[in-house]
Amino acid sequence: MLTEGSCLLRRMEISVAEAEKRSGKNAVSIQETYTVYLVETRPMDAIAEGHNPPPDSLWRRYSEFELLRNYLIVTYPYIVVPPLPEKRAEFVWHKLSADNMDPDFVERRRIGLENFLLRVASHPVLSNNEMLYHFLTKEHGWKEMVYETGFQAKADSRLRALSATFRFFSVLQRVADRLYAVYKVHGNYGRVFSEWSAIEKEMGDGLQSAGHHMDAYAASVDDILEEEEHYADQLKEYLSYAEAVRAVCRKHELSQFELEMASQDLISKKQQREELATGIVRTFSLKGMTNKLFGQEAPEQRDAKLNLLEELIAEGEETVKEKTAECDEHAEKAWADIVRFKDQKDKDLQEALINYALMQISMCKKLAVWTRLTADNYQLSDDS
Amino acid sequence: YIHKQSDLNERTCVEPNTSLADGNPMPNSPDSMVNQFRLDEENEEEQQGAINKDIFVTVDNPESHISAIETFITYRVVTRTTCSEFDSSEYEVRRRYQDFLWLKSRLEENYPTLIIHPLPEKFVMKSMVERFNDDFIETRRKALHRFLNRIADHPILSCSHHFKVFLTEEELAPHRKLGPGFLSRMSETMRAMANSVRGLRSKLEEFAVMQEYVDDFSNKMCSVDKVTNRIIKEHREYMDELKQYGPTYFQWAESEELLAEPLKGVGSCVERCSKETEEQIQHLSEVLVPTLHEYVLCADTLKAVMRRRDNIQAEFEAKNEALASRTTDKEMVDDLADRVEQANNALRGDWSRWRTSMRADLKSAFISTAAKNVDYYEKVSLTYCPSSLYAVCLQTSRTLASWFFRAALLPHRC
Repeated sequence: MLTEGSCLLRRMEISVAEAEKRSGKNAVSIQETYTVYLVETRPMDAIAEGHNPPPDSLWRRYSEFELLRNYLIVTYPYIVVPPLPEKRAEFVWHKLSADNMDPDFVERRRIGLENFLLRVASHPVLSNNEMLYHFLTKEHGWKEMVYETGFQAKADSRLRALSATFRFFSVLQRVADRLYAVYKVHGNYGRVFSEWSAIEKEMGDGLQSAGHHMDAYAASVDDILEEEEHYADQLKEYLSYAEAVRAVCRKHELSQFELEMASQDLISKKQQREELATGIVRTFSLKGMTNKLFGQEAPEQRDAKLNLLEELIAEGEETVKEKTAECDEHAEKAWADIVRFKDQKDKDLQEALINYALMQISMCKKLAVWTRLTADNYQLSDDS
Repeated sequence: YIHKQSDLNERTCVEPNTSLADGNPMPNSPDSMVNQFRLDEENEEEQQGAINKDIFVTVDNPESHISAIETFITYRVVTRTTCSEFDSSEYEVRRRYQDFLWLKSRLEENYPTLIIHPLPEKFVMKSMVERFNDDFIETRRKALHRFLNRIADHPILSCSHHFKVFLTEEELAPHRKLGPGFLSRMSETMRAMANSVRGLRSKLEEFAVMQEYVDDFSNKMCSVDKVTNRIIKEHREYMDELKQYGPTYFQWAESEELLAEPLKGVGSCVERCSKETEEQIQHLSEVLVPTLHEYVLCADTLKAVMRRRDNIQAEFEAKNEALASRTTDKEMVDDLADRVEQANNALRGDWSRWRTSMRADLKSAFISTAAKNVDYYEKVSLTYCPSSLYAVCLQTSRTLASWFFRAALLPHRC
């Protein structure tokens, strides 16, 4: 079924079709409401043949997607695993309260989850993973299966480091909230100026237009926050990408180090063999000194030692061969993966930061609002 | 939203253009607009037929005085004048807040239907501000300064005997004891109460309209004042968040190699912006808020003026009625009729004067605020000028490339 090299997505149509609210008791017996997502799959060959079979489906919570992703990250340290949509509705930009049940948020999440599955299923390596297949097909017992692999023991501090950057995003969110409030309050000016203009003869026009400008100013914040949201999403994507790259390099360094150690060990054993065989001590060593001082060992002991060394050397050579192969394989795969994402991510990063700057500038072009406001007041004629 | 290369190459920084080819200042830069406006305002005053201003007053140098009974602040009041009514051309006295209150009530008594600029409020215990807090004293000093200058600018009030006494006499206490002040205030209140029961016979249409305006104006001023205070509050909270936001970029940059430079770049932009926001808030607090506050108080003044006018008319009407039953004489009634006439005329004259200066004050405050906002946004947009960020991004992607080459070393072979 899982043949190497054939991508899962070619054999199976996958979608996250719906979202539904559920409530139930959680692990600490507290009633909670949560959202579940319907994961549908259909065999591609049946579709290709013109049949339209009903999809197989099962319900998954966000936490199960997370579990799958964490498992993949640990299992494939040299792969850049696609990101998930955000965990909590902390990052809802247009409204002032965070609500995981908010329909917009749920919809955006549904799309994000579907994208995640599609990207994983189309990845040349990840798509072959057994746990992925079970995630898509086995509703009950899947979680237990994943835990039984014991992957959590292998999880390194990388996952913990990611939470440090959440502080950044929560502050970013609060800044957005405050900015929103500032703009919206100016809308009150709009109303008051309008009312005031009704009782003033001379200033009436000026106040009226000032009121309009205040309303326009207040409304302009929605566009700004949309852009800020986009910026935050792009930064998050870059973050998870950078994290993955860092993990790749760490793994590579570790492999290199282990290879170094194995090679050193092999060299020193070979050296010992040579010393024993020829009786010549090449390097300064305690053995050499003690030999000189106390004489050499008996031939039987020497032979026994030589045999042992030969065994160890044979083992050592195996180890080095393995480690070398591991390094090669790792470097090759890692490089391939990184190259795949590099160009796109470069562009994404640049675009994110430049867009942010340009957005700040366009926000400042609201100064045009103020300039017009000023000009209107300046223009307004004043007869007593 | 993809930016074309050409967009990025263009400098989008805003530079204020302050002159046309013919050398006249273009009314586009904030400063030139405010200046132009002030020029208009001065012209307007001349058109009003304002008297040549010949009394110049400053209020400064607050000092605290501690005695066994109480502690209070005095302010130095310096007057320079060419007016012939004054014996000397320069005076310097020290006055405390109570003295200002005395002056105001004297003026109200002598000119009941003239509109006198409000005094800053008495200290209210419930606000958490300490009475001798520097900000409070400074705000009060500025308001007292404005109060005296408005009187000095007023064609009628500036000739008041009490005003002269206030500016020139070393010791005010003896003058405060003299005069009917306290008693007449008492009787005025009693008369007002009596009259309000009877109600006015008829009110001239123009004063009815005026009353309606005053009530509406009072509501509007309170609203604008409230909204402005709310805006300042929101701005402050925004600024507090900005102050936390900047450092998160630097913290993040510490654990990054590739993103470090651009992150630090954005971080310092944010820090500069929070400074600018601080200045903007300060400007609002120092320019717009006090002005709006004074006009909230002005609205109360107007209401009092209208009431006093009504009382004067009520008194006349009462006596006029009494004439029919011969319980009073015609002479008194005629006096009161004159008084009504005088009061109405005084109010009419001062009304348009007040309206003009109200418009000028409020426009000036709003325009100044708008100009400050323009200034703020210009500075922020310059901070974020993308050409510098773009250079940083280029550098980053070059670093990224070289880093990958290092990372993908050929494996070690022994």
